Amino acid sequence: MLKTFPIGGVHPPENKISADKAIADLPLPSQVVIPISQHIGAPSATEVEKGQTVKAGQLIAAAKGYVSANIHSSVSGKVTKIDQITDSSGYKKTCVVIDVEGDEWLESIDRDERLVSDIRLSGEEIVKKCLEAGIVGLGGATFPSHVKLSIPQGKKCEVLIINGVECEPYLTSDHRLMIEKPDEIITGIRLLMKALAVDRAMIGIENNKPDAIAILREKCSRQEGISVHPLEVKYPQGGEKQLIKALINREVPSGGLPIDVGTVVHNVGTAFAVYEAVQKNKPLFERIVTITGKSISNPGNYRVRIGTPVSHLIEAAGGIPETTAKIVNGGPMMGKALNTPDVPVVKGTSGIILFDKQESVRPASGPCIRCSRCITACAMGLEPYLLMVLAERSMFEKAETEKITDCMECGSCSYVCPAGRPLLDYIRFGKSQVMKMMRERKAK
Amino acid sequence: MNSVIIYTVVSLSSLGALFAVILFVVARKFRVFEDPRIDQIQEILPGANCGGCGFAGCRNFAEALVKADSFEGLNCPVGGASLMTDAAEILGREAVLTEPLIAVVRCNGTPEHRPRTSNYDGARTCTIAHSLYTGETDCSYGCLGYGDCVVACKFDAMYMDPETGLPVISDEKCVACGACVKACPRTIIELRKKAKKDRKIYVSCVNCDKGGPARKACKVACIGCGKCVKACEYDAITLENNLAWIDSMKCVFCRKCVTECPTSAILEINFPPRKERSSEPAETTAGKTE
Repeated sequence: MLKTFPIGGVHPPENKISADKAIADLPLPSQVVIPISQHIGAPSATEVEKGQTVKAGQLIAAAKGYVSANIHSSVSGKVTKIDQITDSSGYKKTCVVIDVEGDEWLESIDRDERLVSDIRLSGEEIVKKCLEAGIVGLGGATFPSHVKLSIPQGKKCEVLIINGVECEPYLTSDHRLMIEKPDEIITGIRLLMKALAVDRAMIGIENNKPDAIAILREKCSRQEGISVHPLEVKYPQGGEKQLIKALINREVPSGGLPIDVGTVVHNVGTAFAVYEAVQKNKPLFERIVTITGKSISNPGNYRVRIGTPVSHLIEAAGGIPETTAKIVNGGPMMGKALNTPDVPVVKGTSGIILFDKQESVRPASGPCIRCSRCITACAMGLEPYLLMVLAERSMFEKAETEKITDCMECGSCSYVCPAGRPLLDYIRFGKSQVMKMMRERKAK
Repeated sequence: MNSVIIYTVVSLSSLGALFAVILFVVARKFRVFEDPRIDQIQEILPGANCGGCGFAGCRNFAEALVKADSFEGLNCPVGGASLMTDAAEILGREAVLTEPLIAVVRCNGTPEHRPRTSNYDGARTCTIAHSLYTGETDCSYGCLGYGDCVVACKFDAMYMDPETGLPVISDEKCVACGACVKACPRTIIELRKKAKKDRKIYVSCVNCDKGGPARKACKVACIGCGKCVKACEYDAITLENNLAWIDSMKCVFCRKCVTECPTSAILEINFPPRKERSSEPAETTAGKTE
C-alpha cells in the first residue's frame, strides 16, 4: 500500500491539463514590475535608483534582517520608476519598474545549459550562496531558504524531505521540472544535503505522476542516500506536516517546526533554484509557472521572469477566453483570485488558472447542518465549523485554545461543506486576529 | 407514633433555627455595601448597554460615575447633556458637558463615482472582505458596502442605501456611541461635532493614495492637492498622507473649502442653497416665489 497521511484529506478532480506540455521560455515582456516584498518576512531595501540601467541578475533590493530575501532584476534595461503599485494581493506595494532593453545577464552567471554536478563548496558556503541568490521556498509559502538551512543550536536534522507532491489540482510546474531537469534537481538535493549535513534525502511524489517517479528513481539509483517514494493521491499531501507524517511517520508538534522532529522540507522547485544559484551562479529571477484552465486555447508551463505581468503570460497561452469569470493566482484550492491580470508574477506564483463561470462561482452559504464533514476533511485534526463560529463571533481567546493557528489554510473544509459555508474565509480572518493577539502578548 | 412526629418537628425546627442564625451572621459579617446612588444613576441611564461611554454596560458606567471625583472624561453619548446634568445633580457634583457628536461616513464611492472592477463572492461581511483583498472597486480604502456598521448599530440609526451601496446614518437616531466606528475595518466612519441644524462639512474620502491613482479609482476622491488647506482661514484643515481632514472642532462652516475642492470630495450637508452659486440670481428668486 502506498504511503499517505492518516487523517483528513480530500480528492478534488485533478485536471492536470498541462501535464504533457514541455516547459517553454516565455518571451520577454516590454516592462517588468518587481515588488520588493515577495517573501515571508521583512520587505527588502531597494538598492537601485530611478534611471539606472541594470542587468539581469543584478541585485535591486537587499534583504533587510535575517528573515528576508534579496531581490534581483530579472531583465536588463532601465529602471523607470520605484513606486507603489498594485501587486497580486490587490494592495499597493513598493515595486521597481524596469523597461526591458535587450537581454544582457551579469557576466558571472553561467548561461550554459550543461549539467555541473561536482560540488566544490562547503555547507556554509552553500547557505551563503542561497542567501545571496534570494532563494525562497518555491512551493508557494516563499519562506527564505537560508533560514531553513541554518539549523538552530541543539537541533539535529536527520533526513531531508523533498516535496514533489504537487497536490493542488491543475498545477504541473513541479511535475514538468522533475521530468525535464531531474539531474539538476538531484544535484540541488545533494547541495541541500551538504548544507544541512545529512546523508539521507527522501523525495515524495504523488502516484499520479508515474513518469516523474520513474525518471527520478532511475537517476537516484546511482545516488547514495536519495530515495524516491510514491504517495497515495490525496490533497493536501503537499503540506509540510502531512508530507512528514506520510514519509517518516513523525508528527510536528503544534506550533513547532519540521526541525523539531529532525527533518527539513524543501520543494523540488527550490532544489532546482539552489542548483542554479550554487552551480551556475544564477540568482532567483525566473521560475516555472503553469498557465491553465479548461477554456484557454494553449495551456502550458513557462519559464517566466519575475515581474512579468500575468496578462503577458495569459497572452502567450492564447489570451483570456470570453467565458472566463475568475483568474486565480496559485492552485484552485489555496490560490487567490486576482482583481486584475495586470499584476506581476512573483517568486511564489506557481500557477495562473482561468476559471469559467460555472467552475468558479461559490454556492450561496446556508446554515451549518452539523454533518461534520469538515472535521473529517481537516488534515490537521481541527474542527473547522467551530473555528468559523468563533471567528464570526470574535471569540479569539477560545479560537486560540482550539488551535486555530495550526490551520494551514488548505481549504479542504470549504471544499467539502455541503452548506457552502465560507469556512476558510472566517478561519483565515480568525487566525490573523489570533496571531496579532499573540504578537501583542509577546511584545508585552 | 406521636413521638416520631414530635422528634421530626423539633429536630427540623432546631436545624432551621440554627441555619437562620448562621445565615444572619454571615449576611451581617460579609455584607457588601453598595452605594444606593448606583441604582439611582442606573435608573436614569438609557439601558442600551451600547458601550458608547467606553464601559462594558450602563451599570458599569453608573459605578464609574459614582466612584469618580470629577465627571471629566465621562460621558454618556446617548443621554447627552441633559442626562449628565441630572446625574451630576444626584451625585452633587459639577457636570462636565462634552460636545455632542455624530457619526459620519467618509466615503462617497457610489457606483457612478467609483466603478466596480471585480465581483466578490466570499463571505459577505466587511471584515472578511477587507482581510482578503481590496474590494470590488479599485479603491483599497473606501467603503466595501457589506454593512458591518449597520449590524453593529444598536439604535437603528443606519441602513445600507441599495442605490449607492453606502451606509446612511440618521441624524435623529444616531447617538454617537461609536459602535460603527469600531465595526468598520477601514475606519471610514468618524465621530464629528454635531452642529446646529445637523449641518456638516467634511472630506468624504479616506483614500491615502496619490492624486492619480485615487482619482482613477473614484471620481470624488480626495487627491491631496491641498487647495482646501490654503483656502481655510481657521487652520481647521490638515493634509496628511495625501488626504485632507477637517477638524470639526475648529470648522466654522464658512464653506470656502467646498468651492475650492476640484473633485467635490468635500461635502456640505443640510445647508440652504447658495445664493452666489446660481448663475442668475433673478431666476432663483423667481423659482422661490413659484
